[in-house]
Amino acid sequence: MSEGAPRISPAEQAKTRQPEPNRTFALVGNPNSGKTTLFNALTGLKQKVGNYPGVTVERKEGYCYGQHGETFRILDLPGAYSLNARSPDEAILRDVLLGRRKDTQRPDAVICVLDASNPERNLYLATQVLDLGLPAILVWNMVDVAERRDIRIDLEVFREKLGIPVLALQAHAGKGLIELKIEMSKTPLARPIYQTPLPEDLRLPTPERPSLDPCIALRPGDMVRQWERLYLLSEHEPEHFGLGEAEQRALEKERTRLREALPDWEDELISERYAVIHGVCEEGIRHPNTQPRTLTDKLDAVLLHSVWGWVCLFGFMSLLFLMVFSLANIPMGWIESLFGSIGDWVRAHMAEGELRDLITEGMIAGMEGVVIFLPQILILFFFIGLLEGTGYMARVAFMMDRYMSRVGLNGRSFVPLLSSYACAIPGVMAARTVENPKDRLITILVAPLASCSARLPVYLVMIATLVQTDVVPLLTKVLFMIALYGLGTGGMFFFAWLFKKVLMKGESAPLILELPSYKMPSFKSILIHMWERSRIFLRRAGTIILGISILLWFLTNHPKNEGLPPSDQLAQSYAGRAGKLIEPVIAPLGYDWKVGIGLIASFAAREVFVSAMSIVYQVEGGEDAESGEIREALAAARRPDGSPVFSPLTCMSLLVFYVFAMQCISTIAIVRRETNGWKWPLFQVAYLTGTAWVAALVVYQVGKLAGFQ
Amino acid sequence: MQVKESMKLSDLDNGCQAVVHSYTAKGAALFRLREMGLIPGACLTLVRRAPLGGPLEISIRGSLLSLRKQEADLIECRPAT
Repeated sequence: MSEGAPRISPAEQAKTRQPEPNRTFALVGNPNSGKTTLFNALTGLKQKVGNYPGVTVERKEGYCYGQHGETFRILDLPGAYSLNARSPDEAILRDVLLGRRKDTQRPDAVICVLDASNPERNLYLATQVLDLGLPAILVWNMVDVAERRDIRIDLEVFREKLGIPVLALQAHAGKGLIELKIEMSKTPLARPIYQTPLPEDLRLPTPERPSLDPCIALRPGDMVRQWERLYLLSEHEPEHFGLGEAEQRALEKERTRLREALPDWEDELISERYAVIHGVCEEGIRHPNTQPRTLTDKLDAVLLHSVWGWVCLFGFMSLLFLMVFSLANIPMGWIESLFGSIGDWVRAHMAEGELRDLITEGMIAGMEGVVIFLPQILILFFFIGLLEGTGYMARVAFMMDRYMSRVGLNGRSFVPLLSSYACAIPGVMAARTVENPKDRLITILVAPLASCSARLPVYLVMIATLVQTDVVPLLTKVLFMIALYGLGTGGMFFFAWLFKKVLMKGESAPLILELPSYKMPSFKSILIHMWERSRIFLRRAGTIILGISILLWFLTNHPKNEGLPPSDQLAQSYAGRAGKLIEPVIAPLGYDWKVGIGLIASFAAREVFVSAMSIVYQVEGGEDAESGEIREALAAARRPDGSPVFSPLTCMSLLVFYVFAMQCISTIAIVRRETNGWKWPLFQVAYLTGTAWVAALVVYQVGKLAGFQ
Repeated sequence: MQVKESMKLSDLDNGCQAVVHSYTAKGAALFRLREMGLIPGACLTLVRRAPLGGPLEISIRGSLLSLRKQEADLIECRPAT
């Protein structure tokens, strides 16, 4: 087989249970070209999803069998518009194709996937890839859509001009796959004869122009050499993988030289490429004389209408919100009762003791704390899959961009942030739909400020304690609730704005968005995506969440002192001692050490505050107590001097604290995964909890000065 | 077809067809717009605008693109009537 056949260690081979592949194909194409649909059609569930080392760019790899039973490895490279990378995703594509990434072998061949209804722009990337000289197959996807628009492609013309196999395909219907596999099995694979003409001035260094060669690892005699050099020299993407300082300096020198000699060389190269593409398309593609009104035009007339567009957006988002918020409650109930009965079973079959407690209260409860989020994640990703798959997501971004850009975000952040009102975990995971890495990071950083459903029990109990008079009950409570959600939302916008100003100084990232044609989504792709997201969540976040849950169990239960009532047991546990330890810090906010225990326990999950308080204040019935009983118990709680612990001011201060504080290990775990390290989750804990402390302090102290209790 | 004076892409009327004439600035965003086919000589249609000065939607080479007003301000076009 070809010299670049991938080498897999025997151990890894045994793990993946795949025979050594004969060839590695890379799928390359524009976003929305149906590349991922083709990938799923080829590989089915035989795929591995991870991240490229060092960046949160998804690395998708799968296996498929050729027409003669050979095994092919398929690499689904990130969608891109150009090899002049503008985002980490596109940089990965460029570096893999150039063979510059140590973690990913240069593919043996490329399958260029093109959207047949938009030939010229798709050919822009495809010709860039063909210029690199790798064996290639060109696939016109979605030919059915193109034909409906009366766009006819003469495959023979392209075969002749490019010198490689050219096929028509409908990946979502599985049509054309056999022909593709036949081409993939051929030996040898054809290399393109196509070359974009390169102006004399831009060709490889001449004696007058010093060479870059000593500093860049180039393959001799390869056209890659020419183009790699030009990509490296591009002014627009100075970030390249694996370049040393000396190389950077040499590049900078050459850049300046080129800028002075040919200030518009990059622009000219684009125009030249399009001129060549236009020539080929004139010959090989027949366009209709008049542009027929497409289904997309008709749908957009409503969905982007200045009135109906908003009505539809509001409707879809309410549905999404309702689903994640309420429909998820049903399976969440099942999960709760499932883990409840597992716990009961263990309790019934094991002798009383430490180990049993560890299993039931530490491990099973910890696992439940992980699995409980699955329904929300699944539902949210189903919806996001629908929004993306139909092409509506880009429209949401288009409509919301004006509002989101006021605080420095872009329209794409809207759906992740909205989802965070149900739960920050799927919200943070959904931030992957934000393409710009800085905007994505800001979205992740502010997502926990949306008042998630875990805060609701705390809000309810505290508001009930605060508004005790039954004279002004309902409306006041509702107003309080709205104020709390408003406060969180205001904080979200404020911090997004602040981070954009301070943390990510510099140019605001422009929004250049393609509004793809509407289409039926591929349910197979959506299901595969949901499955991957859940697996990633369970495996990566799950281990951390489980570990911390066990630790928290230990802290609240040890040291054990038999014979004490539960409240005293908790008080003398490590968590209780920690509560006393932090009392000086939280006293200015109006809390005593018992509230401190609740705050510490809240780090497992916010709603634990309620059950911790019910243990501390000995509410009968423990965790299952009605909020009415807790309310009475909390209202009756007294400090040693006889004043009530939960004065209205303390309640207010606590509410404000819970609006801002980052108290959710699951979110911390998922932010760590999504940002590739501990730096940002720790920053997030610090800034959110710091804000919470200051805000609660202001509320309590100013309130006290103003004469409230 | 009568060729008019060039004007900013952002000043075109909704539904108006125009030919890209030139760029009045340089930058990564404008470079990307060129790569997506918005090169001098290309024909485009301004489809619609998002409300309150939001992004613009244009149709170019058979695809729909959205760009913000800041970028559209830097592209000179000649409307075709």
